[in-house]
Amino acid sequence: MASTREITFVQALNEALDYAMSVDKRVIIMGEDVGIYGGVFGVTMGLYDKYGPERVRDTPIAESGFIGAAVGAAMMGLKPVVELMFIDFLGVAFDQIYNQAAKLRYMTGGKVKVPMVLRTVCGAGIQAAAQHSQSLHALFIHVPGLKVVIPSTPYDAKGLLLTAILDEEDPVVFIEHKMLYGIRGPVPEEPYKIPFGVADVKREGKDVTVIATAWMVHRALEAADKLAGEGISVEVIDPRTLVPLDVDTILNSIKKTGRLVVVDEGYPRASFATDIAALAVSKAFEYLKAPVKLVTPPATPVPFSEVLEREWIPSTEKIMKAIRDVYYYKRP
Amino acid sequence: MAQREELSKDKLMWMYETMVKIRLHENKAAELFAQGKIKGFVHLYVGEEAVATGVMAALKPGDVITGTHRSHGHYIAKGGDLKASFAELFGKRTGSNKGKGGSMHIADPGIGMLGANGMVGGGIPHAVGAALAFKLLGKDNVAVAFFGEGGSNQQNFHEAINLAAIWKLPVVFVCENNLYQISLHYSKQQLITSVAERGKAYGIPGVSVDGQDVLAVYEAAREAVERARRGEGPTLIEAKTYRFRGHFEGDPEVYRSKEEVEWWINNKDPIKLFEKYLLERNIATRDELDAVWKRVAKEIEDAVKFAEESPYPSPEELYEDVFAKPTNGVLVWRWD
Repeated sequence: MASTREITFVQALNEALDYAMSVDKRVIIMGEDVGIYGGVFGVTMGLYDKYGPERVRDTPIAESGFIGAAVGAAMMGLKPVVELMFIDFLGVAFDQIYNQAAKLRYMTGGKVKVPMVLRTVCGAGIQAAAQHSQSLHALFIHVPGLKVVIPSTPYDAKGLLLTAILDEEDPVVFIEHKMLYGIRGPVPEEPYKIPFGVADVKREGKDVTVIATAWMVHRALEAADKLAGEGISVEVIDPRTLVPLDVDTILNSIKKTGRLVVVDEGYPRASFATDIAALAVSKAFEYLKAPVKLVTPPATPVPFSEVLEREWIPSTEKIMKAIRDVYYYKRP
Repeated sequence: MAQREELSKDKLMWMYETMVKIRLHENKAAELFAQGKIKGFVHLYVGEEAVATGVMAALKPGDVITGTHRSHGHYIAKGGDLKASFAELFGKRTGSNKGKGGSMHIADPGIGMLGANGMVGGGIPHAVGAALAFKLLGKDNVAVAFFGEGGSNQQNFHEAINLAAIWKLPVVFVCENNLYQISLHYSKQQLITSVAERGKAYGIPGVSVDGQDVLAVYEAAREAVERARRGEGPTLIEAKTYRFRGHFEGDPEVYRSKEEVEWWINNKDPIKLFEKYLLERNIATRDELDAVWKRVAKEIEDAVKFAEESPYPSPEELYEDVFAKPTNGVLVWRWD
């Protein structure tokens, strides 16, 4: 069966791009080294040969210029998929994303649409150090007008990217964790779409709810497996899209378990983790049996040395400890 | 005044009327701002009317422009509605942007005005993207990016112009060099004496024109637009101009002398210069020109009345236009 076939996260993304380009001529790809080279992580491999240099455009290293051009192209009827090679490079182009793409629709009273997808790469784990390893999704969540997607499996990656390109009429920031590129999983050969705003319960449980994103979903699942042996039943939820957010699935799980741990690779303050904690205490306070625990990196830049980087990234052990803490919590 | 092409009287009178429209729109906006009826930041285009008018005279329907925070003139010259403009300045629901944009963001994609922009240089790459869309969708339209000499130091200017150049896109870059980046004189912003020289760095033509001469601007724009439509790529035009009013309404203007401003008003008023041209060549009579002012003044009066009588948006409209369509999950956060 085609649907039991296993491919990598990179291949899943590539299939989505290929399919979207084949069914909609307005879809174009722009970015640094996305053409002949196929993208530094190989996501656009083969598309240049198939669709040509007009639709798969290599750009100069000028992020503000080409992301801004994508904004203009989207306004005029194209559906650009732009690659920002590392999310850390956001700073040199942020105006075009948060002041332009995000706001043009609102500022014009709805007369302008900006249906573009900004694909970018986040995450620590390959010793790329402080300027190539960050998880800055909170910056996008903060700004009204942007939709923010962060998949954790090849299956989700393909379905969400197809929705982002083919169905969305708003600017979408699509964030890929570099530690996920090589993972394999079942992905149907045929195209399919995953709607935004629908969380996926990656594992059902009754004692503790864990909300996790991207690579942290896998660590949370590993923690849940190990804790099952200790008699703790952990539910792991991957929101998949951070904007829009599937508030109902998250709140229903908290109401069921009464305990919440949020695991995210973003910096700790003013983050996705604090956002979910605020959601829990403002909308499900009376259900909580323990304080909410957040598992995030410390408020330091990402270090280079392997030993330090390993310490920086939330580990399965730290996640297990947080789950035990909320599970065994006793009100004083 | 420069003229190489014989223009029809209709076209010349359209240029004249457009400049008068911008002038009277801006004078009225100044008055309403002083009365406290228009709030926020208002950057007026008085003195620069020939630039927008000359460029727009070279465009055809379907061509698009992106603006600056001083874009009322661009909007009007592109065919913008005076009623929608004043209503927007008042923050009314009937405004061009439903009261959500205001002076700095005035837009109407229906007429090809993709937007004024509050970020200096912010709209330049949008014109490049629009031109890319024209190219890939097989349309023979052109996109024009307006910006100031201050904007020409911005990353967006350099990156966008380079992209348009390497991709040979149908874009015209129009730098309105009005000598001041808020308070900083041009000579303190860059060492080169003409922004047009920057074209050389990107392998494209750079042309400098008298921005007070509407026919000179038109001629430069026409050549650039034709070149773009032929698929030969972008041109950088620098229109040397001057703003007669401060950077924004309420600007104390400590950075320039009254004498300097008066010299420009007395010697380089684009409307007076064009009037002289039309009269000396017997293209129009004094009466015809006076009739234009009278007609436009009435239009402005009607537009202001419309704006004043229009309703404000309802508070619920705050939540509209953030996203294109409803979706699963929570989009606009509400803590209640």
